[in-house]
Formats: sequence, structure tokens, C-alpha cells
Amino acid sequence: MRRRRKPKSPSPSERTMTRARWGGAGALAALGICAAGACGPMNTLGRDGVTGSSETSLGWFLVITSCAVVLIITVLVCIAAFKHHQAAPGNAVVAGTPGFEWILWGGMLIPAVVLVVAFFLTIGTLNAVAAPERAPAATIAVVGHQWWWEVRYEGSSPDQSIVTANEIHVPVGEPVRLELSTNDVIHSFWVPELAGKTDLIPGQTNSMWIEARHAGVFGGTCGEFCGAQHAHMQIRVIADPPDRYQAWLAAQREPAAGATDPTTADGLRVFMTSGCANCHSIRGTRAGGGVGPDLTHIASRTTIAAGTLPNTKGNLMAWIVDAQAIKPGSDMPTMAVPSRDLLALAAYLETLK
Amino acid sequence: MTSCTYDTGIPLGTGESRSPGWWAMVWTIATEAALFAFLLFSFFYLGSQSRSPWPPAGPLSLKLALPNTIILILSSVAYVWGERGIRAGNRTRLRAGLRIAFFLGLIFVIIQAIEWKHLPFGPRGQAFGSLFYTITGFHGAHVILGLLMNLLVQIWAERGVFTRESHLAVTNAGMYWHFVDIVWLFVFASLYISPRLG
Amino acid sequence: MAVATLAPIATAPVERLTRTWETPPGLYGVLSTVDHKTIGKRYLVTAMIFLIIGGLEALVMRVQLTHSDTHLLSPEAYNQLFTMHGITMIFWYASPILSGFSNYIWPLMLGSRDMAYPRVNALSYWTFLASGIFIYTALAIGQAPNDGWFGYAPVSLQQFNPGLNMDFYALGLIFLTVSTTIGAINFIGTVMKMRAPGMSLNRLPIFVYGTMTASFAAVFSLPALTAGCVFLFFERQFHMHFFDAAQGGSPLLWQHLFWILGHPWVYIIVLPAMGMVSEMIPTFCRRPLVGYPYVALSTIATGLIGFGVWVHHMFATGLPAISMSFFSGASYLITIPSAIAVFAWIATIWTGKPVFKTPMLFAAGFIVLFVIGGVSGVVTAAVPFDWQVTDTYFIVAHIHYVLIGINVFPVIGAFYYWMPKMTGRMMDETLGKWNFWTMFIGFNLGFFPMHIAGLLGMPRRVYTYPAASGWDTVNLITTIGSFVFAIGVLLFVINLLVSRKRGTLAGSNPWNAGTLEWAMESPPPVYNFAVIPIIRSRLPLWEDQLGDATPGIIPGEGHSHISEGAVLAQGRETFGTSPLEAEPLHVLQMPSDSLWPFLLSAAMLAGFYGLVFSQWWLAILGAVGVFVCVAGWLWPKNAPRAEAV
Repeated sequence: MRRRRKPKSPSPSERTMTRARWGGAGALAALGICAAGACGPMNTLGRDGVTGSSETSLGWFLVITSCAVVLIITVLVCIAAFKHHQAAPGNAVVAGTPGFEWILWGGMLIPAVVLVVAFFLTIGTLNAVAAPERAPAATIAVVGHQWWWEVRYEGSSPDQSIVTANEIHVPVGEPVRLELSTNDVIHSFWVPELAGKTDLIPGQTNSMWIEARHAGVFGGTCGEFCGAQHAHMQIRVIADPPDRYQAWLAAQREPAAGATDPTTADGLRVFMTSGCANCHSIRGTRAGGGVGPDLTHIASRTTIAAGTLPNTKGNLMAWIVDAQAIKPGSDMPTMAVPSRDLLALAAYLETLK
Repeated sequence: MTSCTYDTGIPLGTGESRSPGWWAMVWTIATEAALFAFLLFSFFYLGSQSRSPWPPAGPLSLKLALPNTIILILSSVAYVWGERGIRAGNRTRLRAGLRIAFFLGLIFVIIQAIEWKHLPFGPRGQAFGSLFYTITGFHGAHVILGLLMNLLVQIWAERGVFTRESHLAVTNAGMYWHFVDIVWLFVFASLYISPRLG
Repeated sequence: MAVATLAPIATAPVERLTRTWETPPGLYGVLSTVDHKTIGKRYLVTAMIFLIIGGLEALVMRVQLTHSDTHLLSPEAYNQLFTMHGITMIFWYASPILSGFSNYIWPLMLGSRDMAYPRVNALSYWTFLASGIFIYTALAIGQAPNDGWFGYAPVSLQQFNPGLNMDFYALGLIFLTVSTTIGAINFIGTVMKMRAPGMSLNRLPIFVYGTMTASFAAVFSLPALTAGCVFLFFERQFHMHFFDAAQGGSPLLWQHLFWILGHPWVYIIVLPAMGMVSEMIPTFCRRPLVGYPYVALSTIATGLIGFGVWVHHMFATGLPAISMSFFSGASYLITIPSAIAVFAWIATIWTGKPVFKTPMLFAAGFIVLFVIGGVSGVVTAAVPFDWQVTDTYFIVAHIHYVLIGINVFPVIGAFYYWMPKMTGRMMDETLGKWNFWTMFIGFNLGFFPMHIAGLLGMPRRVYTYPAASGWDTVNLITTIGSFVFAIGVLLFVINLLVSRKRGTLAGSNPWNAGTLEWAMESPPPVYNFAVIPIIRSRLPLWEDQLGDATPGIIPGEGHSHISEGAVLAQGRETFGTSPLEAEPLHVLQMPSDSLWPFLLSAAMLAGFYGLVFSQWWLAILGAVGVFVCVAGWLWPKNAPRAEAV
């Protein structure tokens, strides 16, 4: 009678099992580390927006279910691989059991139940986020450009309208409608903590709504590859309490503050004579260019170049004289402005609150 | 060396129907049909999205297209007649059928070119024109390809290559030709007729 | 039909068969061979080269992305890199590698001496190579496609992309789709007509089902991309209007056409690989596959449903909710056939006697990666959640788990499995295990954190990202993992090259597997089978161990005949059989070596160069050359009864 050979220890399969255990532990640790960092500024699983939170609940259900499925399958594979198998003599093949119950339960019934539940949750969430509960407090037109966001609040008359760029202010706790359009290429409006993406597509206007539950600054970015500087096309949504929001609206409606002292007056002169007015507008002056962002209240914005740089005097000057080094390929040309003029220009722009 | 003649009792060669060569043409036609399906899908998609009239200048005239359609159908009939000839062993009928089909097909191409010349819109103005010329152009290219195939088959027929049992090239080129004909019916219905149906 | 006279294999005229089937020596032989085994190996080598090139492109990108605000690469350079990486991997590696295995293995597995259309087979390879040369010309002149592998309009149009980049894209893809389509037609013809007598549909290996389904899908879906690329080229070159909204076109038309191909394409590049796993797992678990009919049907079902989900790539474009709901439902539904396959594999391992040789490691690892990739895909079927994760690194994670997990891992396993048959030598087992673990650990380390990056808001296709985003850590881990994975691939290449010369001799069936390709010596003789076998089960080589319990056997019909069969040695002969039951219908005379496929491909390459550089004379010359080659190819020889293509 043949003696069954004792496996040497550790056998290859046991070594594999140990490695698999370490691998699994490592993966969990990595997950934990990553999850710890999951409170970044553009967290898709955050809960600050109303639509965002419906989508977030769905998201958590799916993420948790997915992790469970992966865990179960991995465990099944490991058990299948390492459980004791009575090998046939000479490692011959065997016909084996038909195994249909595996197919029926694992392949058909259990997945079907999970998927049907997921499908109904999907439809439910789609319905829930389709429209806000109240009429929108404002309708804001967002026009996508390569590579910045034009933002317009239409008022009842032209002097009630606001044109700004790259920043949207909304009142806390009120739904706001966004009308998204573009005249160049496809972009996508995405502020993860408030809502999912909606594309801006030439030839059509897409509508979406957002509602911020809390005051704060919500970062977003373009979510569809739109050319060279897709990476530098951020947008910010700033949710203000109602009185601050109204104050902001009122301030934005005002034309530019006049250039009061000699430096800023000189800065305005530099602006008008260096070609800036060919692309940029400043309401209240003769600058009426429509190619680039409206600069009437540039100093009220927190960033420049669509979120690429914080809005400081130094950054402003750097952007003016060497935009192509900061955002190569953008439509902002390198402007040859001598330093004295540059300082005056920056001083003037800083007054445009 | 061992004797190597084995009588398998199974016929050598494949005959006509269902040979690998025949299936090759079938699947080639299938993929080409899918191509035209997607071209026409694009036509209907842009038509459904269009905010201006589609076609922009109103429905297209059938003055040339309708007779041309009939000419193309007749060319397929001629081809079938010729192919039936060789199936009965009649080489003369085959050659005649091929020639008639060829000339009718050639007339189709010429009339199409004349129609192109007289259309009030070109391929560049707007999407309708681009699609119209691309779709009819692709079809015309397939017709020309079919005519070239017809010429090759005629040359081989002259050389007495085809017999009652063995004429796969005739069948395959015929299948292709009928496919081109049927595609034209779909193109004609989509581009010329469907805008008239409101 | 009449039954073939069975001759014993020992009496087969092997010298004569060798002389009849072998390729002539020298350059003529190299350029004219139609031997499916040579063509298969060429596909494998060429596709692996594209894998390595695409991998290097990725590693350069990973260096750029390791840290925020890095400016090693200009945005244009980065955009060209990520585009070339995408199209190289998805078009010039993932499908051709599977064509390579299919080409080599199918006739051996099916019991035939050749594929249905040997010269078309050669043409499919030469056009694949030519199209690869064409697209990499673009990179060589610094004008590689730069709008992603998906080439969305309007960024792809002349106004926003004035160079030749997207002209190369449009024409290069058309060129490649020609190769893939004719290859697909070859597989369809072969599976329909070229099986050994008795190999009915329920006796076909799952690998055959996989490639067959992929081939049907290719025939019907590739033309959508062709149409789109033709429109793109015409709009760019001739100022026509298909995708620009101002003149009645629509950017969404491009997306529809692209994804109508794009989605079936991802099944085209995984179903054959899943089929290969379905061959490997039973061999190493010493039992037939659990649920064979369900796995076969689920392969076909995946292919079919795959035609009905494409809009899930467009959920953020502002479509009506009803349309999105339909495609969401279909995208959930397609999970079921995959779940069936996963549980069939697990059940086979569970109820079998697994032996963990290297191919089995890759197969087992593949199951885990498949499921991770699958669930991250199911997540995107949930439309509102897809709005968050689409176009983020979550999707990059998903696509790499499905592409690397369901294509690359099975492919590497398949190399370990079938190399002994192709070269006659085993690959090294120890190095193989190092290979597997390095790839497995490196891959997970590299790509799992991408799920996190996406959930943290990192968008795709960005050449850099701001420091304030908080994405530095995950990117660093990803870069490290990618390089570890690359080392794993390097170990594979080393194992491949060394084992070819120094591996242990394999013999005809080193794994004691059950399918027909293991019946003859390794490497196979040039004529594959000295006598054409008659098949009576799904696992002919296991009949002596399983007897009447062999799947597919009909009691009373007897066992397969492998060591005796029809000789068919009057020229290059093999059987033509019926599609369903594989009854022998005719003896086919297969075409021999020919230069026409090579010349035709060269003419096409010239024509495409003419088009892309606007040298219309060259384009016309190429077209004329193509026609001349086709005419020469089809010209009847003196014996007009040679019908096979």
C-alpha cells in the first residue's frame, strides 16, 4: 500500500496562502490609509450638497456591496485553492460533480437580486435628483471656454446682470439652476461635493441644479478632456448665507470702481494701451473685449487662471507677463509689460473688488 | 514509400453553396451592410436633432434618382439571368448577362454623377449635404467596385473558366452586386423618400 | 455522408505531408507563408512589442504624475502619450494578441490542417503590422494623436487640432479595423467549416466560443468606428460637417458611433481571454469545466447584450432619463453572464484537484481581478453615481482591472500554458511564480489606489494636478506599483526568451490536458495532423481516463479516433464540415503560399500614407495597387476547381 507523502513544510501552497494573507492585510491597510485621506477638497462621497447626498447614499451602497462581493469571491477562490483535495492516483482526471448549484446561486439568483435592488435604487435616485423641491432661487448661465468658465447671472435689465468668471456664488439652502453651454469644445461641470457631472456640449444647453446645505467653498474642475489645459480648468462654488449673497450680488452689479489715485490711474492707462481691452471687459471703462474673462470685479475672486493660482498681486503679475509658462497653450498671450507699468497695472486690478 | 491514395468517399472541392469561399463573401457583405446601416443611422440621427428643415431645401427631386433605382434593379435581374445560364451550363448566356449588368451599372454611376453636378447643395455647406454626398459616394464607390468585379468575372468567363459545377466567382460577385442593389434601396428610401413622409 | 476510410497514423506519409505543407525557405517564404502557426507567432510577437511600447508610454506618464505640479512633460506631449498608450494597448495589443493565440491554436484544437482562408489570414497579419507602422509614424514625426483613445469631437476637429495628429488617428484606426475585420471573417469561416468530423457545437472548447463570439461582434460593430473615422477625416480634410453643431452636425454623433464600436470592442478583447482561462482551469484542476453549456451560452449572451449598453459611456451628456434608465438596466443585466462564468471557474477549482503550476496561478489571480474590475463597472451602471465617477481615476482603475485583469493576466498564463506546445520547451516554473506574484502585487499596488484617487475627485486625462488636491499620496503609491508591475512583465519576457533555448523538453502533452491540440508532438508538425481525427467528445484526450463520463460523449457512438483517420495527402487537403454537427462534407484544397497578401498590405500602406499627407497621387496609386493585388490573388489557376479563398 502506498504511503501518502507528508508535504514538506511550508509547502508551496502554504507559502502562497501566507503571502495571500499578508497581501490581503496590506491591501486593507492601504485602503485604510487612503480612506483616512478621503476628506480631501473634492470628495465624491461627501455630503454637503442635496443632490450630492442622494448620489452619495447610492454611492456608499454600491461601494460597500462591491467590497463585500470582492471579499466573498476572494475568500471563495482562496478556499477553493487551498482546501484539502484528495488527488487521484497519478494525478488523473476525474469527471467531477456537475456543480450546477454554483451556477444557479452564485451565477444567477444572488447576483440577480443584488442587481435588481441596485437598479431600483438607481431609478429612485435618478428621480430624486431630477428636480429640486422648490423653485430655484437663481438661474446662472455657465459657458465653458478653453480653459475657463464664464458665469452670467441674468437680471431683468442689463444693469442688473452680472458677468464673472470661474467662481459662482449661491445662497445656502436654496436650489440654484445652472444652464450649461459652450461654443468651443465639450467640457463638463463638476463640483463633486455638490453634484455629479453634467457636460457642456456645443449646440445644446444642458440644465442642472445644485443646492448647498452649508456655507463654504466647494471646489470643482472640468470633467471632460477639452484640450491642452484641461488640467487647469477649475471652478469654485461659494455658498453664502442669504444676506452675504445679496451683498455680493449688489457689489457685482456695480461697474468698476474708478481709478482714484495716480498709481491706479496709471494702471488703467496701461490696461487700455497694452491690448488687454482687446480680450477683457471692465464695465465702467471703455474696455469691452469678449474673448477672455470679465475683469470688472477680478479682485473679488479667490483665484485666477481658472483656479490655477491664488489671486495675489504677485501671481497676477506673473500671469500677465508669462501666462504661457504657467498654463502653456492657453489663449492668454505673454504680455511684454515693463515692470513699473506692471506694478501700476496690478495695483489697479487689485481695486476691482 | 507507402501507397498514398485513399478514397475517402467524400467529394473533392466544395461545389457552390455553403463553401468556405461563399461564406467569406456572406460575412464580408454583412460587415459592409453594417457600415451602411451606421451611415444611415447618422443621417437619421442628425435629422432628428436638426433645428432647421431637413433637407434644408426641401425634399430631393426624384427625377433622376427614381429611374436610376429601376436601372440598378434591372442590372441585378440581368445578372441573375446570366448566373442561371451558367448553372445550366450556358456560357453564352452568362457572358451576356454579365455585360448587360455591367452596362446598366455603368449608366447608374453616370446618372448619379450627373445628379451630383446639378444638386443645389454641395458637401461642405452643412451636415445634410455632407451626409448626402458621403452616403451616395460610398454607395457609388461600392457600385464601381462591383463593376470592376464584373469585369474580372467577364475576363475569366471569356477564358472558359466557369462550368456548370464550378463558378463560385460568378456567384460571389453576383451576391455582392445584389447587396449593392439592396443597399441602394435603403439609401434611396432614407435620403429621398423618408423626408417626404413628414 | 460517406465515412472516411480510417488509416492508422503509423502509415501516414509524413514526408509527403511535410513537403506539401512546409513554407519555402528564404525571403520568399518569409513574405509568402500562409502557415497559421507562423502567422500566429508573428501576431504574438508583434502584439507583445506593442504591449511593451504602450507600457513604456504609461511609465513615462506615471513619472509625470507621481507628484503634483510636475512639468516634466508639456501638456501636448502628455496628451500624445496618453492617447498613444490607449490606442496601442486597446487596438494594437489587446485584440491582436488574442488573434495570435487563436490563429495558432484553433486548427490544432479543432482538428484541422489550416484556417479557412489561409491567405486572408496572412493578409490580416500584414495589415495589422502595416497599420501599426502607420500609426507610429505619427509619433515619430511628433504628431501623434492627442485627443485620447476615444477622440471626442470637437477637440478632434481641424479648428482645435490643426496638425496631422487626428488625421493619423482616423486613418490609422480605419486601417486597423480592416485587419481585424478580415481576421474575424477568417475565424467565422473556420469555426463554421473547418472542424474535425464529429466536433459538434457542444464539443467545441470554450476558447473557440470566445473567439467566435468576438469575431461576430467585430463584424457587426467595427463599421461604426469606420463610419465615424471616415466622417472625421472628411470633416478635417474636405471641410464637411458631421460633428460641428454650427452647421447641423453634432458632437454626440461621434460619441454614439465611437461607443457603438467601443463597447462591444471591450468584450472582443476579453471574451477569447476568458475562453483561454476556461481551458486552463480544467486542465490544472484535473476535471472538466463546471457548467460548460452555461459558460458557452454566457459567452454568447455577453457578446449580444454588449451591443445594447454603449450609452453608459454618455450618461453625463444630458440625455433623457428614460434612455439612461434603459441603458443602466442593460448594463446591470450584462453582469449576470459574467457571474455565471466566475462561479463556473470557482466551482471547477473547488470540486477539482488544483495543481498550482504557473498558468493556474494566473488563472486564479485573474478571477479576483475580474471581479474587482466587474464590480467597479457595475457601480458605473448606477447613473447618478456614474455622474460622480465618470471621467475620473475611478474609471481608470476600472478599465485597467478589466483590461489587465481579464486580458493581460490570462494572456501571460496562456503563454506559460501553450509555449510548450509552440516551442517544445517548458517555461521555468520558479521564475514563473516570481513573475506572477510580482505582476499581481505590482498591479494591485498600482491600480487599486486609483479607485481612491477617483473618489477623491481626481479627473482623468490631466497632465498634472494641484498640490492642494491631496492626491499626491495615492499617485506615489500608484507609480511605485506600476514600476513593480513592469518588472513583473520584464520577468515574463526573460522567462520567455531563456526558456525557448533552455527549457525542459515538453513532449506532446506536458500538462495531461484533454483538448485536441495536445495530441501531436511539440512543436506540431507543419501539417498539424498526420491523419484527420474523428471526434466523439469535448475532451478527446481524456476519454481513456473518463470513459463514458467524458463530456459530450454519446453512449454507443464510441470514442474519438486520434491515432487513425483520413490521410488527405493529395496536395494541401483538409476536411470541410457542416456548421452544427461537423459532418464531413467535402475535401478542401487549401491555397498555398502567396506573396499577394504582403503586396496588398504594402499597397494599402502606401495608400494610407498618401491620404494622411494629402498626396492624392499616392493614395490613388495605393488604391490601384490594392485592386491589382486582389485581381492577381483571385486569378484562377489552371485547375478551376480550387474554390477555397
